[in-house]
Amino acid sequence: MGEFLLATIQVDMHDQLALQLQDDLTGAIEKKGAKGVLIDISALEMVDSFIGRMIADISGMARILDAKTVLVGMQPAVAITLVELGLSLPGVATALNVERGMELLRRSLHDTREDDRFLQR
Amino acid sequence: MASKATLASTLQTRRQEILAQWLAQLEQSASSTKGRVSTVELRNQAGEFLNLLTATLQGNEAADVNLPAWQPVRAFLESLSRARVAAGFSSDETATFIFSLKRPIFEALQKDCGSDAGELTAGLWAGTELLDKLGLHTVKTFQASREEVIGRQQTELLELSTPVVKLWDGILALPMIGTLDSARTQIVMESLLQKIVETESQIAIIDITGVPTVDTLVAQHLLKTVTALRLMGADCIISGVRPQIAQTIVHLGVDLQGVTTKANLADALALALKRTGVSFVRQ
Repeated sequence: MGEFLLATIQVDMHDQLALQLQDDLTGAIEKKGAKGVLIDISALEMVDSFIGRMIADISGMARILDAKTVLVGMQPAVAITLVELGLSLPGVATALNVERGMELLRRSLHDTREDDRFLQR
Repeated sequence: MASKATLASTLQTRRQEILAQWLAQLEQSASSTKGRVSTVELRNQAGEFLNLLTATLQGNEAADVNLPAWQPVRAFLESLSRARVAAGFSSDETATFIFSLKRPIFEALQKDCGSDAGELTAGLWAGTELLDKLGLHTVKTFQASREEVIGRQQTELLELSTPVVKLWDGILALPMIGTLDSARTQIVMESLLQKIVETESQIAIIDITGVPTVDTLVAQHLLKTVTALRLMGADCIISGVRPQIAQTIVHLGVDLQGVTTKANLADALALALKRTGVSFVRQ
C-alpha cells in the first residue's frame, strides 16, 4: 500500500510462524523501502509472552530500517493478557483500526518530512 | 418401631388438639412475626405441615429425614423458609415454627400413653429426634436462601458499579465509585475495553472522584488499565484526583508518569475534545 506495508495476522500464531513473519517483514521493508508498517492483529484471539516480545522486536527492527510500526486492532482480551504478562510494549504505536493506523502513519511521515525540509534549509 | 407407631397414632387421633395448641403457641410468639405473616396463613401452614407429617409417619418410615419418603415434608419446609427469608424473618424465628410443635405433641403423647413410662419415653424420643432434624433442615434451607440473596446482590452491585458512559463522539467516560479491588478492576477493564471496540472511541476518561482511597494496589490496577487502553490504540485520562489522593500517590512513590491526570472531569473533557479537534465558542 504505497509507502506502507500492511501485515494482517489471520491465524493463531505459533512460534515458527512468528519468526517467519519477522523475516518476511524486515525483508519487505528493505526491498520496498517502506516508511511505515501496519500490523493488523484484530483476528488474533490469543497471545503468549513470545508473540508479545516478537511484536516489540519487529517494531524495533523496523525502526532501525527507518520505518514506523503501528499495531492496530488489538482485542480487549489480548490487551489484558499482555498487561498481565507485564508486556506494555513501550515505543510501539497503537491504533484502534487500520484506518486510524494509516492516518497516524501519514501524519508522522508528514512531520518527519517537515523536519527534513527544515534541516535542509 | 413401636415408638414411631405411637407417635403416628397420637398425631392422627389428637390432630385437632395438637393443631389448636400449636397455633396458640405460635400466636403467643406471634409478637415476633409482627404482622409479616397473617394468622390465616399461619393456620394454613401449620395444618398443611401436620397433614404431611402424619401422612409420612403413617408410612412408618425410619426417622431419617433425608429419605425420599420425606421429600414432601422437606419440600414444604424449604418453600416455607424461602418465603420467610423474603419476608425478612431471622433464622431463630423460622426455626421456632418447628420447635414450638414439640410441646403440643409431648402433651398429647402423655395423655395417650397414660402411665406407661416406657412407651412415653420412646414416643418422646422419636418426636424430639424427628422435630430436631426437621428444624435443622429448615434452618439449613433458610441460610442457603439467604446466601443466594447475598450472592445475587453482589453480582448486581458489580454490574451497577461499572457503567461506561459515552460523553462525545469518540470519548468515553468511566465514573468509578467505591473501593477498587482486583476482581472489580478486571470487570471494569473488560467492559471499558469492550466498549472502546464497539464505539471505536479514541479517548477514555477514568473518573476516580468516587474512589475513597488509593493505595499501591489500586494505583497498579489503574496503571494496568491505562496500559491496556494504550495497547488497543486509545488514549486515557484520569480525572477527579482529590488533593488527599494526590498526596498519597506521591507519598507512596507510585510513578504515574506518562498518564494524563486532571483534577476534575470538566478539565478532562476539555482536553479530550481538544485532542479530537472539537472546539466550542461562547455565543
